[in-house]
Amino acid sequence: MVTYIIRRLIGAVIMLLIVSMATFAIFFLVPQIAGATPEGMASRYVGRTASAETAKLAAERLGFNDPLIVQYGRFVKGVVAGAEYDYGPGVEKCPAPCLGYSFITRQPVFPDLMNRLPVTFSLAIGAAVIWLLAGVGIGVLSALRRGSFFDRAAMTVALAGVSLPIFFTGLVSLLVFAYGNPFSWAAQGGHYTTFLDSPVQWAYNLILPWVTLAFLFAATYARLTRAGMLETMNEDYIRTARAKGLGERKVIVKHGLRGALTPIITVFGLDFGLLIGGAVLTESAYSLPGLGKYAVDAITNQDLPKVMGVTLLAAVFVVIANLIVDLLYAVVDPRVRLA
Amino acid sequence: MSFLELKDLRIHFPTDDGLVKSVDGLSFSLERGKTLGIVGESGSGKSVTSLGILGLHKGGPARISGEIWLDGEELVSATPEHVRGLRGKKMAMIFQDPLSAMHPYYTVGDQIIEAYRIHHKVSKKAARKHAIDMLGRVGIPEPSRRVDDYPHHFSGGMRQRAMIAMALSCDPELLIADEPTTALDVTVQAQILDLMRDLQREFDSALIIITHDLGVVAELSDDILVMYAGKCVEYGSADDVFYRPEHPYTWGLLGSMPRLDREPTDRLMPIKGTPPSLINVPPGCAFHPRCPYSDRTAGRASTEVPELLETEGGHKVRCHMPKAERRSLWENEIKPVVHWEDEITAVETP
Amino acid sequence: MKKRRVAAAAVTAALAMGLAACGGTSTTGGESGQSAAPAAKAEFNAALTKVFNPSTKKGGTIKFANSGDWDSLDPADTYYGYSWNFIRLYGRALTMFKSAPGAEGATVVPDLATDLGKPSEDFKTWTYTLRDGLKFEDGTPITSKDVAYAVARSTDKETFPNGPTYLKDMLNWPKGYEGPYKSKDVDFSSAIETPDDKTIIFHLTQPYSGFDYLAQMSPTMPVPKAKDTGAKYREHVISSGPYMFEKNEIGKGFTLVRNPHWDPATDPNRPALPDRIEVQTNVNADDLDNRLMSGDIHIDVAGTGVQPAAMSKILPDPNLKAQTDNPTLQRLWYTSISPTVKPLDNIDCRKAVLYAADKTGYQSAYGGEFSGGQIATNLMPPSIPGAQPFDLYPSGPDGTGDLAKAKEHLAACGQPNGFETNIAYRAERPKEKATAEALQQSLARVGIKLTLKPYPQADYFSLYAGKPPYVVENKLGLAVNGWGSDYPDGYGFLQQITDSRVIRETGGSSNISVRIPEVDKMFDQSLQEADAKKREPIWNAIDKRVMEEAVILPGVWAKSLLFRPKGLTNVFISDSQQMYDYVALGVQ
Repeated sequence: MVTYIIRRLIGAVIMLLIVSMATFAIFFLVPQIAGATPEGMASRYVGRTASAETAKLAAERLGFNDPLIVQYGRFVKGVVAGAEYDYGPGVEKCPAPCLGYSFITRQPVFPDLMNRLPVTFSLAIGAAVIWLLAGVGIGVLSALRRGSFFDRAAMTVALAGVSLPIFFTGLVSLLVFAYGNPFSWAAQGGHYTTFLDSPVQWAYNLILPWVTLAFLFAATYARLTRAGMLETMNEDYIRTARAKGLGERKVIVKHGLRGALTPIITVFGLDFGLLIGGAVLTESAYSLPGLGKYAVDAITNQDLPKVMGVTLLAAVFVVIANLIVDLLYAVVDPRVRLA
Repeated sequence: MSFLELKDLRIHFPTDDGLVKSVDGLSFSLERGKTLGIVGESGSGKSVTSLGILGLHKGGPARISGEIWLDGEELVSATPEHVRGLRGKKMAMIFQDPLSAMHPYYTVGDQIIEAYRIHHKVSKKAARKHAIDMLGRVGIPEPSRRVDDYPHHFSGGMRQRAMIAMALSCDPELLIADEPTTALDVTVQAQILDLMRDLQREFDSALIIITHDLGVVAELSDDILVMYAGKCVEYGSADDVFYRPEHPYTWGLLGSMPRLDREPTDRLMPIKGTPPSLINVPPGCAFHPRCPYSDRTAGRASTEVPELLETEGGHKVRCHMPKAERRSLWENEIKPVVHWEDEITAVETP
Repeated sequence: MKKRRVAAAAVTAALAMGLAACGGTSTTGGESGQSAAPAAKAEFNAALTKVFNPSTKKGGTIKFANSGDWDSLDPADTYYGYSWNFIRLYGRALTMFKSAPGAEGATVVPDLATDLGKPSEDFKTWTYTLRDGLKFEDGTPITSKDVAYAVARSTDKETFPNGPTYLKDMLNWPKGYEGPYKSKDVDFSSAIETPDDKTIIFHLTQPYSGFDYLAQMSPTMPVPKAKDTGAKYREHVISSGPYMFEKNEIGKGFTLVRNPHWDPATDPNRPALPDRIEVQTNVNADDLDNRLMSGDIHIDVAGTGVQPAAMSKILPDPNLKAQTDNPTLQRLWYTSISPTVKPLDNIDCRKAVLYAADKTGYQSAYGGEFSGGQIATNLMPPSIPGAQPFDLYPSGPDGTGDLAKAKEHLAACGQPNGFETNIAYRAERPKEKATAEALQQSLARVGIKLTLKPYPQADYFSLYAGKPPYVVENKLGLAVNGWGSDYPDGYGFLQQITDSRVIRETGGSSNISVRIPEVDKMFDQSLQEADAKKREPIWNAIDKRVMEEAVILPGVWAKSLLFRPKGLTNVFISDSQQMYDYVALGVQ
């Protein structure tokens, strides 16, 4: 088991290196291939009134004239050892891990990301709890009452959930529950309170985004669970459990659901990892200051270091999520441990 | 009243294509300490019967009628919850393929502990001790170590022993073994059968063995019930059924039994055709389309359902042919071909 | 909408000559909220020319939201119109636009200074005297040196790339001066002198009679050198105004609270009604409108009006519509007609285009009457002081074009069956695309075939439509264009788009098509005229002359639909801000 974990960890590190290179290439190499000059790239950092001369100076200062490998090396060095940036009267230290420095807001990217992470995490964790409970619950009930009215209704709703985009459900939910007069019980967009400040307010402000996001995912999980349950409930070991005299609830949860859980865990791990990297649409629809909104704002402002930072962080989360899924797999399915 | 008694048990499943009459009027009885072998092809209703006794069809789509009396209690009309309380404790079951019948994600010990603790309010520790004890009794070496292994760590035979340990963990009075040795290789089969016989004596439980393999029942059973299309076609002591079988289907089963002393293909007498659909059971005798002797019934085979009639001393047969004709057919045509006697003798000899 | 980017070189010339209009016109205090009006009744445009719901009641929290974000909160580094409006809450410049509704709001009044600037005879030296009792938020007195330092640092364009460059370009800085960080301890008294703590003297390289306009810009807001953190100063700007930063999370928002060291006795212009100002940035634009309408926030700080989704909800509902104002902005959306591209070198062909164009379609392309704007018949928007609208090319009773006239001129041009040319527009702007398509359809009615040519907006003027050789080579006969000025002034509005001398062969000019020597001469002439009122006819003459040449097809004068939530007091739109005046606002 220990070697298994070590092997996975090494793989994850290599993966991250590759991701960082790919990200770097996408943001720096591709524009160059597409014909962007160092000055052109630098002009994004020097405001709207900048002259060509300013852009040229900025390109020099930002090192856009250096060979790409040098730029990448500088980037990696920043991540490992930190970097320094001139802000006028002095230099600002961008401590490791320096995932870049925004010349538009004049801030290191990493602290920004850490500042945004709790919002996205709050959103993801709450939504995940709801969608897991609802999705798995509905999936189990649907499977047990296969072909019933409940099953059909639930699966139709689930299909809608999978198909409807967040920017639609988000806006509709806000209009109905936050702005519509008779039902406006939920917080309007743009409100966020940290958990530590007030857990109640935190949950109140997030309930609508949670439910909206959960609706999308719950649908997938309901279908996944249903399919898994239909399969496992036909397994011989379910009959064995019943033959032991085990109560039906325990048969379903302890034996049936446990068997159907593996694919759910896999999908959940990846979904959650992706979501922590930024629930772009949900955060945008509800104006939540999380990583996803951060990414959108950064893209809107063409703030490249931010975009890169958030991309890398998202990649880190996906890789970590993958790692955790692999490890969880071994916990859930003892047969995997042989591998 | 016997310890276990089935009276006219019917288990029908409504489906989109029609009513599946898996068990259709089955009656038999079984005493403590005795073994009943139920024999038949797959789809003949034997497994459905055993699950029916355990009450596992309750709450599902099945329509169940008739009576199942277990130790003076009627189970068909009992609540599912009551039957659940009996399951595992008063009656237990050993399943065919222990790899798929045991949960792959829980250790063998956990699964035995779970079975034990459903019916015994004891600590986990005590249950674990009991589980180790049971594993030892079914002949698993180093039980205190193997108790924490997962099913996939066990060999096929060991797994079946573990399965038996789980079934016996609550000291059931009725044990049903559904094809207990089918998935095992021959040497292991013999060990398992020995084990079951020993344990049955030790626990003095009533045992039902369900199999398509006459060799297994021959070794263990006191009585044998031959099922075809949800009905009993022949019932009697092991001696009756093996030495004096009167139903052409039983003859077919005996004839199609693979034997070590027989040449492959040579003189093997398989039954023609396939088992009937349980939705459209052939009219008259359900076996008649496959029966080589159906022309000897004066046409009744395809029109009239034969009764299960006693021929002598508890031996019952469901056949339109006159008793004399059946006996003469067996003595003159069938018995010489199947050489059954030798085989039995060989097995019975310790 | 962003303030227009102004090319540095051109601005020097422009401002050196013009913009003297409003100097010294008014010294009255801005006590706009005092009149005891009856209970305000919400109605459409109620805050357009007068104060809606006037009040002097202090207290409460006013909530702003922004669907984007400030370029920077640093007074040296910001160039958004709304930012220049808002910054007056935490910063005081030497002068400011009066906080008053309508045209009165376009006048400049003293702020930190006791009076408007005192120019020298040649208009090359401007002197201001600071009021007594001015203090920063930490209690230290504000001196003229703080103002001088603030202006000096604003010249460091590397550190402050966003801000306006007027003062950098026009003052007599030492050669190679790069601001106090790079040119440490360099004496810049050739540009700014501070003989004592109260006096500040600006030295210009060329005469400029409108310097008070520049003195109202945020770079003259004082910055204490000891607290200056360069590019990081935006994180905590030291307040000189009635409010100071309590908390600032860049990218999310910030909070302002009362500045205890701001003395209302030194500041006749700011009622400073609310106790607290909360601002949220990067809010989803549609959600912002919903929250505005539900009263969850008070003001969309960008001041550009509601989104189309909200508009479709507001316009049909009389109650909601009564809560809106629909100001005309000093911005013209138009299409340049290049006489360098054949056959548009013939004036009749150009006139044919002007007659055939469907003005109503143009208006629809920009969003219709309320958000798109008013159909423009000439260049100068009506809210520019002295502007007199006229129409040389009436486009029929329904505004969809006069096809008969168009055909007449086509015939005169020798192209009776029409001709083919291209129309350029900025690919990222759906409204410009719609405009190009609308023109394509309407001109096709007289046989003028347009081919659509989208270009990236970042390089639209520098490489494509604003680069004369490219225009000729690629036959960009028409180019969708737009212009808004930094001030309510004819010179500021017209010069950049009609003076042929701003056109550069290397590209980068907004003037694509106007090369009229007479017009250039008129601009020069205006610089000799000291009296603003006497310059106004010149702007109208230039406007007319350009229209006669038929080198610009005016589209619409932009308008915005602003939502005015319940609970706000002292609401009005001033001609200088062209949105609600944020200095005046209070909450009930």
